[in-house]
Amino acid sequence: MLIRPSGERAVLVEVDTLAQTHALATALGAASDPRILDVVPAARTVLVVVDTTAHLADVAARVRTLDLTAVEAAPAGDPVRIAVDYDGTDLADVAEATGLTEAEVVARHTAPEYIVDFIGFAPGFGYLSGLDPALHLPRLPTPRPSVPAGSVAIAADRTAVYPRASPGGWRLLGRTDAALFDVTAEPPALLRAGMRVRFEVAG
Amino acid sequence: MSERALTVLEAGGLTLVEDLGRPGFAALGVSRSGAADRGALIVANRLLGNEDGAAALEVAMGGLALRAESDVLLALTGASAPTTVDGRTAPPQRVLAVAAGSVVRLGVPRWGLRTYVAVAGGLAVPAVLGSRSTDVLSGLGPAPVRAGDVLPVGRASIAMATIDAGPAPPSGPTFMLDAMPGPRRDWFTEEAWRVLFARRYRVTDVGDRVGVRLRGAPLGRSRLTELPSEAVVAGSVQVPPDGQPLIFGPDHPVTGGYPVIAVLTESARDAAGQLRPGQELRFRHHVSPVA
Repeated sequence: MLIRPSGERAVLVEVDTLAQTHALATALGAASDPRILDVVPAARTVLVVVDTTAHLADVAARVRTLDLTAVEAAPAGDPVRIAVDYDGTDLADVAEATGLTEAEVVARHTAPEYIVDFIGFAPGFGYLSGLDPALHLPRLPTPRPSVPAGSVAIAADRTAVYPRASPGGWRLLGRTDAALFDVTAEPPALLRAGMRVRFEVAG
Repeated sequence: MSERALTVLEAGGLTLVEDLGRPGFAALGVSRSGAADRGALIVANRLLGNEDGAAALEVAMGGLALRAESDVLLALTGASAPTTVDGRTAPPQRVLAVAAGSVVRLGVPRWGLRTYVAVAGGLAVPAVLGSRSTDVLSGLGPAPVRAGDVLPVGRASIAMATIDAGPAPPSGPTFMLDAMPGPRRDWFTEEAWRVLFARRYRVTDVGDRVGVRLRGAPLGRSRLTELPSEAVVAGSVQVPPDGQPLIFGPDHPVTGGYPVIAVLTESARDAAGQLRPGQELRFRHHVSPVA
């Protein structure tokens, strides 16, 4: 664990693995320390933001003492299930590029249990790992100016759902009605780093 | 009409409702947002006896015109926009008693970018995730203010104002921004670290509440590997591959993909909220609180 400075009210904690970012975020969440305002896991780091500069050194010292190997990173319970209509704009192109049929693309997308690596790009947008290597394709050469809300998409070794309409360069396999981000819901985002996710064909 | 409200007659360049933002949602992809110059917002609220975080208008480059629908107290802080009430010049950084029906107009500030117009009782627009701030990146919070909007005003507190005049804003040709080593200081050459504090940078035309791009001596990296995305704070000085730094503002993306060489102090971050295109600035080295 390496603690890097990030201004007067935050530190960026660098760890060795993605699983450790989830373990650290879980441990800090469980601590319910009122001095900590935000804990933001990413690929190899966790940003810890405190309320005032006076608390930073003490919180950083506490982070240093956490034993990440002792923390259960994956949340208990069932994975989040997301029902998908596989009628995406790029489904046929993905089938052609991978040498699979459209049905095989859907089968390979619904087979794995995915992990939310981290949230970024937009509110509620989770980067999910665990995509079948047969479906690894680069982003579109030119991003679309607008991808519809609920689009289920793939790019490189990840899959994701667009919570709201936004520009985007991922390949669209389908669409879900699931609310990925809703300011009136508690919590507002369906996904959180470290969660497990399964996609299902909508019935 | 006795309704407590302000009617927007002209919205100016860009006028937004801002408070002190929505902390606690960054892990869900939502930045804190809030006033770009928090210090100026807080001073305006203290002049009026409001809570520090009461919502106010953040007016970029002036041009706002408002009509009071009831007798209200206003305070203007931040960028010093020449202000009139019914055509009469009003003093800056002071409380203005504005009678129902009176019109307040802001000209273009001589210094800085953002003027805060606070009202006793605060703006009572609906909150989203606990905040009335507009986040221009995520689209959360109220829509930008437009002519014709009627902004509800909350009930004024009976608290005494905790100050009776705001500080004079800084002035001078060059902004000095205090900065401390950022999380990826070690990804840059010693020369880049020296250059950052030795040379002047200029604010380009590319800037908003998400970030402000600078132009000046390029900052070279000692590590050229790709940085996995990591969370950043407002005030981070990020360096894309062209070596030209940018300063993240309150509506920054939660994560960034380029290394952060330095991070502004909290007060320098507020000062950066007053940078306008063409402004010249220098970074000044500040010792980090955590080694």
